[in-house]
Formats: sequence, C-alpha cells, structure tokens
Amino acid sequence: MDHLDALENQSIYVIREAFDRIDKLAMLWSLGKDSNVMIWLTRKAFFGHVPFPCLHIDTGKKFPEMYAFREQYAKEWNLHLLRGECPPVEEIDPSLPPATRSAARKTAGLKAMVEREGFQGLFAGIRRDEEGLRAKERYFSPRGEAGEWDFRDQPPEFWDQFNTDFPPGTHLRIHPLLHWTEIDIWRYTARENIPTIPLYFARDGKRYRSLGDQDITFPVDSEAATIDEIVAELETTKVAERSGRAMDHEAEDSFERLRADGYM
Amino acid sequence: MTAQPREFLKTVIVGHVDHGKSTLVGRLFFDTGSLPEGKYEAIKAMCERRGMPFEWAFLMDALQAERDQGITIDTAQIWFKTVKRDYVIIDAPGHKEFLKNMVTGAAASDAAVLLIDAEEGVREQSRRHGYLLHLLGVRQVAVVVNKMDLVGHSRDRFEQVERAYNEYLSGIGVTPTYFIPVSARNGDNVATRSTAMDWYDGPTVLEALDHFQVVTQPDDLPLRMPVQDVYKFDQRRIIAGRIETGVIRVGDTLMFSPSNKTARVETIEAWNVPHAPIKARAGQCVGITLDEQVFVERGEVISHEFHAPVESDVFRARLFWLGRKPLEAGNRYKLKLNTLDARVTVQSIEMVIDTGDLSTAPADQVERNAVAELTLRSDRMLALDPFTDAPRTGRFVLVDGHDIAGGGIISMDGYADQRALRTVRATNIQRVEHDVSEQARSRRNGHLGGVLWFTGLSGAGKSTLAVAVEQRLFNLGYQTYVLDGDNVRGGLCADLGFSPEERAENIRRVGEVAALMGRAGMITLTAFISPYRSDRDRARAAAGGDFHEIHVKADVDACEQRDPKGLYKKARAGEIPDFTGTSAPYEAPESPELVVDTVNNDVASCVDLIVDYVRRHMVLDTQKVVGK
Repeated sequence: MDHLDALENQSIYVIREAFDRIDKLAMLWSLGKDSNVMIWLTRKAFFGHVPFPCLHIDTGKKFPEMYAFREQYAKEWNLHLLRGECPPVEEIDPSLPPATRSAARKTAGLKAMVEREGFQGLFAGIRRDEEGLRAKERYFSPRGEAGEWDFRDQPPEFWDQFNTDFPPGTHLRIHPLLHWTEIDIWRYTARENIPTIPLYFARDGKRYRSLGDQDITFPVDSEAATIDEIVAELETTKVAERSGRAMDHEAEDSFERLRADGYM
Repeated sequence: MTAQPREFLKTVIVGHVDHGKSTLVGRLFFDTGSLPEGKYEAIKAMCERRGMPFEWAFLMDALQAERDQGITIDTAQIWFKTVKRDYVIIDAPGHKEFLKNMVTGAAASDAAVLLIDAEEGVREQSRRHGYLLHLLGVRQVAVVVNKMDLVGHSRDRFEQVERAYNEYLSGIGVTPTYFIPVSARNGDNVATRSTAMDWYDGPTVLEALDHFQVVTQPDDLPLRMPVQDVYKFDQRRIIAGRIETGVIRVGDTLMFSPSNKTARVETIEAWNVPHAPIKARAGQCVGITLDEQVFVERGEVISHEFHAPVESDVFRARLFWLGRKPLEAGNRYKLKLNTLDARVTVQSIEMVIDTGDLSTAPADQVERNAVAELTLRSDRMLALDPFTDAPRTGRFVLVDGHDIAGGGIISMDGYADQRALRTVRATNIQRVEHDVSEQARSRRNGHLGGVLWFTGLSGAGKSTLAVAVEQRLFNLGYQTYVLDGDNVRGGLCADLGFSPEERAENIRRVGEVAALMGRAGMITLTAFISPYRSDRDRARAAAGGDFHEIHVKADVDACEQRDPKGLYKKARAGEIPDFTGTSAPYEAPESPELVVDTVNNDVASCVDLIVDYVRRHMVLDTQKVVGK
C-alpha cells in the first residue's frame, strides 16, 4: 500500500466511524482543495453517496469562481447543500485585529447554523501541517456548549479509538484529513482527477495557495499553472501555506484566539 | 505524471521534561534545511524581543501558553525530509500530568526517539516513557543521551547512562535499537558527526531515523476485520470495515465472532474503479457483500474459520490508566474493543506495577498514570485476541464517563476459549418428551431432584463434605449421588488434559451429566474446584432452575496448610503449572445459594448446614417430609 492509499484508508475509517457513532452530522465544505478531497473520500467511503448535508458557511465575500464551483458540483455530486449566513462584522468582538475579526464572522455563522440544525458532529477538512495549533488537534475533537475548544486539556486519542461520547449540548468536530499534508492533497487530487477551483493555478505570476474571503486572502508569487507544477513548487518551497491568509499574522495569538472560539 | 510520493515515517520524541526534546527537533529541522522561510529569523527576533538567548524549542511551540511556561502541553507535529524519505516528528510532552498527550502521540508512531539528559541521567519519565512505548507497541527506539556538552563529552558518563537505562529496559524485555551521545544545542551527532566525541562510531540521530522501518499492517497474520457498520444505500447490504490483518478474497468463507455465524464473500465493493476487486488486504477499508442474509452488526470480528479469535466473557489485561478518577476493583466501564462497545466490570486488580523500579504491589485501585494487571469481565461474550499473537486487535480502551481513560493489552493466560463449549455441532436434533414428568418423580422420591454444586479451592473440603452429605442424605432416604473430579477423569473425561480449554470442557461435561441426573430425580453433588464463573454459570444454565451453588470457603493459606493431596507443594515447586489459587485465578461465586466456611467450622456442623439447606429447599411443602 503506498502513502496515498494509507492516507485515504485512514480518512475513510474516520469518516465511517463518525457516520456510525453520531446521529446528526454535517460536513463543512469551504469549496477549497482540502474539502473537495474530503467529499471525494466520503463518496469512496459510502460507495458514491454523501449521506449527510454539506455546509457552506458563506461570508458573502468569496471569489466568484468559488460560487460557480459550488453550484456546479453540488449538483454533479448530488450533495445536500446547506448555506449558512454570517452576521455583519459590526457584531463581532471589536478587540480582535481587523482581518481576524472579519474571519471570526465565519465562526459566528457556523455557530448559528449548528444551533439551528442541532448538529452533533461537524466534519472539517483541517490538516496538522497547516499551522501549529491545528497540529495539536484530535480526529474527534470535543467542543464546549458555546462551540469552544479547550486545547489545554484534550482527551487522549490512540489506537484509532475515538472519543465519540459527549455531554448533551456539546458537539464534536471530526477531522478526517488531519494527517494529510498540502503536497499529499495535490498528489491525491491529481491521482483521482478531483475538480479544483482555477484560482489555485498561476496567472500572471501569481496564484492562491489557500482560499478564503476576497478581502483578507492574497495570492503568492508562483509560476505553477498545473497540479504537477504545484507539486514541484511545494517540494522546494519554504513559504508557509497560510502566508496569504491575513488573520494568521496580525498578532502572535490571533489564530489561537480564533480557534479556541470555534474557528476551523 | 506527478512524482510518486516518497516513503513516510512517523517518529515520536519522548523523555523527561527539560531533557531537550524540542531543542533536538528544532536542530534537526535547521540542519536538514526544513525550516520554512523566515522562521529562523522570526524566532531569533522573538527571543531578542523577550531578552533571552536563541531558543530552538520555540519552533515546536506554536501555542502562546506553551511559550510562556517553556513546556510542551500537547503533542505538536511537524514535517521534514531527509534524502531518503519524508518524516513527521511528534513532539510529546515530558510532564507527568500530560501523559495522556504523550500516549496520544506515541501510539501513532512507527518509531521513537527517547531523550535522556547526560547530566541528570535516567529520571522518572525516562522510565515511564520507556515502559509505555513498550505497552503501546512501539518497537523501534533510539535512546539519545543529550547535553553531552555539559558533561565534557565524557565517554564514561555516556556509558554510565547507557548501562543504567539498559538495565531498566531489559527488565521489561526491551532492547533499544540505538544509544546515541548528542548535543542538540550544538548539533553534535544530530545531522552531522561530532568531532568532540570521536570515540563514538554509531549512527547520528538522522542516520538512526533513516534506518527505522515504516510499520505496516501485516498481510501474513490471520484475517481480522472488525465490522464497523452495515450499509443499505440500495438493495445491497454492504458490510463495512477495515482489514486489520490478513487478506480477504471473493469466495472466502468468513466466520463472524462471537455470533459464530458463517457466510461466503460474494463481492468486494468499490467506487470509481474500472474493475471490481477480487482481493483486499490489511490496512484497506472495504465493503463486502455475502452470499446469504446473515444478521451481523457492528462489533463482530470477521476471520476465516481456522485461526478465529478466542471467545470469552473474561480476560486479563495489562493497562495504563489516564482517568481523572482512579480505576477501582468492582467498577464498571465501557470497553471499546476494535469496533465493539461493551460494559465490563473490573473483577480484580492483580497488581499495580511501579514503572520506576518495576516492583509490583497488590492494590484495590489504580491511580492516574499508573500501570496495572487486572481481570475484566463483560456482560456478554467477546471475540478476543491475545496481544502477543495479534498486536492490532489484541488491545482495547476503557471509557469512564465521556472520556477515554485507559488503554490495555489482552492476555488469555489461564482463561479458556469458550467457543467450542457453546457450539452445538449436531444437526437434526429432536428432543424426546418423557411420559414420566419431573413432578411425578419427585412425588415418588419425596424430594426434588437437582444439583448441589460445590466450588472452592483445592483442599477447601469439597470432596470431604460432599461424601459426608451424601452419606447423611442417603441414610435419611434421599436419592443422591456424588460426582467427583478424579472419578470422572477416569472415564467420562478420560480424553481431556489440563489446558484451560480442556479444564473448561471437563466442567461442561460434569455440568451436563449432573443436570441429567438431577432431572432423573437425584440430588446430585459435584465436587470440583471449578474456578471460573463462566463455567459454573454454564452448568447452572444446563440444570435449569434446580442448581444450588455452594461455596466451600477456605483461604489459600488454610488450604495450603491442609494440602491433603500434596498439590500445593508440587505447585510451589513449579511441577503443576496454572494451579488455582497460586498461579491461576479462583473466581469466587458472586451470589452463591450457600456459603460454608470450613476454616471456622468443623465438618459435622458444615454437613448440618448443607442438609438443613436441602430440607428447606428441595423438599416440597405439600409432600411428606422425608426423614423427620
């Protein structure tokens, strides 16, 4: 079994485990490369089906290419799409730095959706290699009643036995891609021929490595116009994946504050 | 075509707090050119801002809280590559209070680097982590003796630490793969060979890592696939699960345990592939369909008919406990065994093991972060694999409340496989109904038939009492007969030896014969140690309602003093393996119908007690009372 097969099987195991153990489940679909792989793995796990709703938490500020992608593949993949609205930035904690505050809209939109639909488990396509805080995550990560994450006292998780029991009023985040890296995602996307938003491919010397809101996401210098070229670029780059995401860099603890409060 | 992914190895770094784990990782990254652009400069700037010397450890510590305290709380994972392959390094915390996080990190690893400070030497967590790596099944370990610069790069000091730690590890049967003298801060023997320690000719840390093997799920062990779920998206009924070991092929006859059902593989399902697979191997998450509709559910273990798992409702375990509250004998927990959830009771705690000096002590409870040997009993039959045969499936976790609170490895030492005992092989059975009813028999006899099941340690007085009670009942006019161990071994059970399975079969046969004799109207007395609760429960079930368990109670010391057959002496001399009470467990009855204490009562009063019990329970009120 090669490396990509091993990654794939581990993810399928996690997805199936959540599906069996948790009644009200949904998958967060940001439309980005990672969550597209996550949906692909779900279809593998369930032989072509996606047996729970896919949530797009819509800040209303995504790129037009992203909305077009959403409409096309929600239909093509036969997804039960739910769209979550986000509150205006004025309603968000003003003590946060500007881009962080803007990103926190997504957390607020997500909380409202979880409350309304009564979801007990949410799949999120985060990876450990993206960022130091995400590196500490569990596959099954309990969230408090207000959706918050207690990263200082996480339950143990080993031997693929997951914490699937949780007190009423709380929910679980499930992270089937936790063990993947950015380059794994691209190699797998190429191998499986998974559709991708064109913004990832270089135009005029720039491309997006990570997609978010238009006003707080910036392209990086790149000539990589195909997946093969992206993989080749990633094999040598020393630039961090989320370097184009403004909220990560405003203060030493800005991403920590976002995540502790329930951000993906 | 996209370049093929390279081999990938997961390594955990463990050791006592402050022995330099994060520093070693920072150095490894710097030396292999794996640092993201600007990271070195950023850490340098941050250290200057805080007025402190450059700190490699900050690379690993993404959390504000961890930077402030200068310690690692939870595992961090970072990726780097050597010429040979890609790595993820899992930095595990060295504080005792964060052991659950160390376990989380280490359990996922192919190999481990264990750090020991050359100046401080072997400390509490050095030993505890070494012990846990062994329990977690991590077999490839490089011991790095760090901070060699602080001891003048002394070969004597290195060898001293090596000896001390090797002595400990040999006590748990571990042989570390490498011992490496290192100064992580200066980069000596990390990625490049140290000139300050030219007396050392072994590998550097990086070379050691490159020598380790990626651990794969084995194809060549017997098939195990725990059923994870059963899907019915359309008319197909797909059984989903991950093959933990072995291989499944279309057409194979599969056995489901513990339900003992069998069926053949019709198809192996797959989505988005050109051809349906005919074979699947260890590590694959698959879906299969069967040639007939058998009802199976999550938790069953799929195997082939040969090399199936052991079936038992009781097993032994070596366990590490991470719970907030101590584990106590008698407590109930949720067991997660492969995909099965079951309730278990801690039947007994055999011993608590001090991971510091490997000494053992009896205990009623297991504190957080401690290791113990114990016996667990479930409400239901379980499919079990001993860890030594099957590391993937021979382990479990316990859940206390909502949290995973402990992990353990399974041993079946002294406990029998109960599969054969509950399998009915004969087919075409039609029961013959008697024209003479049990009531008619008891009316003629003047008493009920039934089984008086004497259980207790060897030397407790079972045979003595059974024979005396038989004599008394006979004199009083009862129909009665004694079945005794050594007697049935001559005929009924002459083909059986003394393995746990054969001992269980011996008791099963006695239970069935006693039940038949009881139904024939006899008061049947059996005198067998019958140490296992599950065996006695089976005998009880065979006898229907007419079963009376009599616990002939005497402690081991008293029995050993009596030693009427000289068996204890032989057992202590090692001539009898698995001797009940000394080297094998005796599971006392939980709620016997009668307890007879033979330490504080003489034979005559014990006999009185039992005969009185018979008069009260086995004589019908409406009938003439025999022997009055």
